Amino acid sequence: MYKNALDIIELTEKYKCRICDVVLMNECKISEKSKDEVRNKVKEVLNVMKESANIGLSNSIKSVSGIIGGNAKKVEEYRKKGKTVCGDVINKAVARALSSSEVNAAMGKIVACPTAGSCGIVPAAIITSGEIIKADEELLIDALLTASGIGQIIAKNATLAGAEGGCQAECGSASAMAAAAIVEMFGGTPNMAFNASAIALKNILGLVCDPVAGLVEVPCAKRNAMGVVNAMSSADMALAGVESVIPFDEVVSTMYKVGRMLPSELRETALGGLAATPTAIKISQEIGIE
Amino acid sequence: MKEMGMYMKGIGVFDVIGPVMIGPSSSHTAGAARIGKAARSILGEDFYKVNFYLHGSFAKTYKGHGTDRALVAGILGMETYDERIKYSFDIAKEKNIEVNFFEEDLGDVHPNTVKIEFLKNDGCTSFMIGSSIGGGSIAVINIDGEDIYFTGEYPTLIIKYKDKKGMISKISLAIALGDINIATLKVDRESKGEIATAVIETDHKVPKNIIDELSKIEGVSSVKFIDAI
Repeated sequence: MYKNALDIIELTEKYKCRICDVVLMNECKISEKSKDEVRNKVKEVLNVMKESANIGLSNSIKSVSGIIGGNAKKVEEYRKKGKTVCGDVINKAVARALSSSEVNAAMGKIVACPTAGSCGIVPAAIITSGEIIKADEELLIDALLTASGIGQIIAKNATLAGAEGGCQAECGSASAMAAAAIVEMFGGTPNMAFNASAIALKNILGLVCDPVAGLVEVPCAKRNAMGVVNAMSSADMALAGVESVIPFDEVVSTMYKVGRMLPSELRETALGGLAATPTAIKISQEIGIE
Repeated sequence: MKEMGMYMKGIGVFDVIGPVMIGPSSSHTAGAARIGKAARSILGEDFYKVNFYLHGSFAKTYKGHGTDRALVAGILGMETYDERIKYSFDIAKEKNIEVNFFEEDLGDVHPNTVKIEFLKNDGCTSFMIGSSIGGGSIAVINIDGEDIYFTGEYPTLIIKYKDKKGMISKISLAIALGDINIATLKVDRESKGEIATAVIETDHKVPKNIIDELSKIEGVSSVKFIDAI
């Protein structure tokens, strides 16, 4: 039905609808399920997301390895004190992104979105942005469908795997997905949504995947926090009318090419980048991973 | 990490926002749980001891990713989203199932590969080898020393028979008469006229009466059914 942003925009013009409507139509077609069945399944996903994005705000969650944990709660408590640099919205989003990442590292239940390593970005973005406009459940389900559509395009034309494309393929994709979702939730046009996605993905272009000790913890959790902030500011820019000079489809194919240019040491192998620092090596030895 | 698998049937909404899973890694945790579940489905449920031989990245990082707990959860029949995965060692203990982990070079295979050996109550030993190929997708690549390839995305039939003319049509007819559609079909044989193996992925679960019908076909020596994992 569609393989890139151009196709989706054409379909939204033809049917006078949003990106999420096109994604839903396509899903009904390929899964042979009704709209209600698909939306109900998205609702289940949304519920898991809400839980993982919020539980860390009041509970100090430690990862299985013990390397990370408790940061979501720290940020939330700091926010509640009232004096922050970035304000309530950004701090709440950061805390939620950290929360899902901590739940993931603690072997809790999350939604890979698009991956487990980048699971914090989309939930934090849509829940926190949704609070501003008092979005109901249906609107959040729409937002997840929009996000999914962006991810589908990236999966078809590039990759969502850190092992193939580095962190830009995981947190970059998640940021792009979240940015478009926010724009549609706020009433922006499909063009605005793709501009937001393009801006978000461009901002993380080239980011390497260099997990300390090979675990989805450092620097992953904080990159989720960065990813949601990137998504929100990209969404605001697009809603303000800012356009991406390079269109989304070109940014996606560029992300793939850049990913292939990255040496394997910087693609999830834990052999380069932060994973090769003296501190990382020390941590690996302490927890018994070579 | 996410790749493969999803390309065969188009990329759906839940390939991108999903799976719902226990962290931390779709390949090292969710995929591992599914390989364990595949082993239970292929090798049977009546075992008292399981040995896991971990290869490559699985061998290097299994503790930090909970790959070991996920594998054990899988052989106990748990799904990738089961919150008991974290406690699977305790649950295995309660069930008096002994589990052991070894690091082993399994040769030229995917970096995330494990050989799972079941010691069964009837005294037999049986094993399978599976790889976690990304995004929670898996591939079963060997059963009891015989190379094979299927992903468990679909209900799968593994049929062994004597290589001769017309066998495929008899087998596919029996499946069609059960009102079951074949999604993919792969055939391989040792050599002409020897034992051939058909791996058939279907769109629906294959009921027992159809499996019996397939077993009755002259020349068929074994029929194994593995439901979607």
